[in-house]
Amino acid sequence: MGWLFILSLIVALALVYKPLGDYMHRVYTGTKHNAVERVTYRLLGVQSGTEQRWGAYARSLLAFSIISIFFVYVLQRVQDKLWLSLGFAPVPDHIAWNTAISFVTNTNWQAYSGENTMGHLTQMVALAVQNFVSAAVGMAVAIALVRGFARRNSDTIGNFWVDLVRGSLRILLPIAFVGALVLVAGGVVQNFVGPHDITTLTGNVQHVTGGPVASQEVIKELGTNGGGFYNTNSAHPYENPTAWTNWFEIFLILLIPIAITRTFGKMVGQLRQGYAILAVMGVIAIASIVLTNVFELAGNATVPQAVGAAMEGKDVRFGVANSATFAAATTLTSTGAVNSFHDSYTPFGGMMTLFNMMLGEVAPGGVGAGLYGMLILAVITVFVAGLMVGRTPEYLGKKIGAREIKLASMYFLVTPVLVLVGTAVAMGNEAGLAAMLNSGPHGFSEILYAFTSASNNNGSAFGGVTVNTPWYDVALGMCMVLGRFLPIIFVLALAGSLARQTPVPESAGTLPTHRPQFVGLVVGVTIVLVALTFLPALALGPIAEGLF
Amino acid sequence: MNRLPSWIKQHLAALRAVLVLTAVLGVIYPLVTTGVAQALFNGKANGSLGETGASSLIGQSFSDADGNPVAKYFQSRPSAASYDMLATAASNLGPEDVIDTPDRASLLTQVCTRSAAIGQLEGVSGARPYCTPDGVGAVLKVFPTRAVSVNQACPAQPFVTTYEGVPVECGKPGEDYAAGRTVPIRGGATAVVPPDAVTASASGLDPHISAAYAALQAPRVARERGLPVERVNTLIEQYTTGRSLGFMGEPAVNVLELNTALDKG
Repeated sequence: MGWLFILSLIVALALVYKPLGDYMHRVYTGTKHNAVERVTYRLLGVQSGTEQRWGAYARSLLAFSIISIFFVYVLQRVQDKLWLSLGFAPVPDHIAWNTAISFVTNTNWQAYSGENTMGHLTQMVALAVQNFVSAAVGMAVAIALVRGFARRNSDTIGNFWVDLVRGSLRILLPIAFVGALVLVAGGVVQNFVGPHDITTLTGNVQHVTGGPVASQEVIKELGTNGGGFYNTNSAHPYENPTAWTNWFEIFLILLIPIAITRTFGKMVGQLRQGYAILAVMGVIAIASIVLTNVFELAGNATVPQAVGAAMEGKDVRFGVANSATFAAATTLTSTGAVNSFHDSYTPFGGMMTLFNMMLGEVAPGGVGAGLYGMLILAVITVFVAGLMVGRTPEYLGKKIGAREIKLASMYFLVTPVLVLVGTAVAMGNEAGLAAMLNSGPHGFSEILYAFTSASNNNGSAFGGVTVNTPWYDVALGMCMVLGRFLPIIFVLALAGSLARQTPVPESAGTLPTHRPQFVGLVVGVTIVLVALTFLPALALGPIAEGLF
Repeated sequence: MNRLPSWIKQHLAALRAVLVLTAVLGVIYPLVTTGVAQALFNGKANGSLGETGASSLIGQSFSDADGNPVAKYFQSRPSAASYDMLATAASNLGPEDVIDTPDRASLLTQVCTRSAAIGQLEGVSGARPYCTPDGVGAVLKVFPTRAVSVNQACPAQPFVTTYEGVPVECGKPGEDYAAGRTVPIRGGATAVVPPDAVTASASGLDPHISAAYAALQAPRVARERGLPVERVNTLIEQYTTGRSLGFMGEPAVNVLELNTALDKG
């Protein structure tokens, strides 16, 4: 049954691949602005007709993100003075800072527990808005990079404000609206009720919570954000009530990251290049999903063997297999929503979720972020292949020279540095070590997972780790900010330098980048790079735990 | 305006963008969604609440004030949140969490203790692999000349007398066994109590139990209520949801709906 679940997801994604990919292509390449957008641009005071060089594009993006962080921070700090606060106090400063960064960077790491910290207004006006716009920012960067490949002799790579507004209003908003209603039909709540008491059958009191959950839940998955309205995220019956809403949420997670490969193919004028990138993502994703299922169903560890199944931290309606599929999907993308608790997974099942993030979340990755991450890996691959045969590497007609490969390499190095240095620092001081819930290799895995998740902007956790301390809020906040914006700057710089080039005509010596050979090469380069970087760390954590 | 430096203009545009997008995506969108959702799916948008105000989607604890199971009700799964909706949580304990500490019982011991308690309540064997007969994790710390059953504090009788030729002692609280090799002992037991009955859920609010756990509880509930077991089994079937579309998720019995139906007679 678990296999049918995976297969049906693949079929559904295949069905929407073409229409959605083509639609996104029209959105980002169209020259007309609709009435709502024209009003928006006037309110923003930006010239929608003028394109930006990569530097201006990056500065607009950073300005928008900084103001967003500030805005989300302030709203949390004054929530008690606004409406719908449910009587909650202002969010403590270090948690508010961490949360603001977390939502603006599309990480949605949660150092707080939603149902007892955030009022309804904070959830919808501060957090859910960032679910939309941080996703739109990621897509904008990906599209800017694709323009770099597609354009010739161009100084500009698009207009950030236009890409931001179109991504939010034309792509995310309509899908979110329909999706939210589908979720409500499944039982996800959508109201403005605060906690109220009811009497249980045995005469105890239960505080029933409410909130505008569906409207936030849908964009949490669609925008690969992952920040739950409630603490237990997509395991909570009000966020994910049935086995089919679970299917639908996984579908939403994978929807845009997959379909955008077609948008890419169309924009560079060769659909087959998009299929090749999709194939790389597909090979890695399917292998990872299958392995996670196999490890969880086998249940090889002492407690799952004693129990008879890896049911700790999983709900009955989802079961082991569908929980494992969700876990793989949420870490293969930058989502980080969870419907089961990875901390209690079998050693190798838990390792898969870690490994998925360590891949850089490129298969298929976060909205936008997955595509630009994968294109960077493709650039590195043509460079490696070029070295083998002694030719100047090129990709999609653009020469990968010294500047390009430097930018790609720096992009790739950012997250490993943050993950490994961050983990090492945490393991080396009291405040870092105090966060562990579990002992031994598993405790190490909790810390490693936290830094991997923050630096890759995933947001899921080995949840036993106690991270609502000032030390962790600052450390992980730094990882999130650097892990998001340094790579984005490198990508935009790369886009700028590619756009300026005159394409070189294909010759007999050009490496074809749409054939299975190239797909295999990219998969190989990805796995080798990641394995070389992280295997020692994994050996100390999940591998040591699994092979005791 | 035009005389402002460009970096200030950039940030002013950013501020306006945040405000405009917040109005559209943070206010208009959720309000319209709420309006339409309330009109189309009123009951579900408000939390699938029943006559008593309780939600059929949210699990409850069917225990008395002291935390003991109320025997006339089907019992829910263990919950790391005690079914408190204001503090939802999972245990987050790892798969090799097998050694008790002074602060808390290990996950393995929690599983064993629950299994033993449920076995006693239902009148079946609560034994499980990796569990001692007295319901804690069967785990040895092995040293060259001795072994210690670390989860069985003295004066408990260790579950085995020797391990690979060395004698097994009971655990002395406060003594540091960290240097020993950790060896969980599987033993020969086969579990009767189903997996979902001895593990905490992800949500802390799991409204369901497996069909197997419901079947295990049926004779006790029937006896307590003076009902024929067949009647209870019929109700179990009635409140079992199969897999969505036949292949998604797992069959599950809604405990609150089942217990409510039993109360109605």
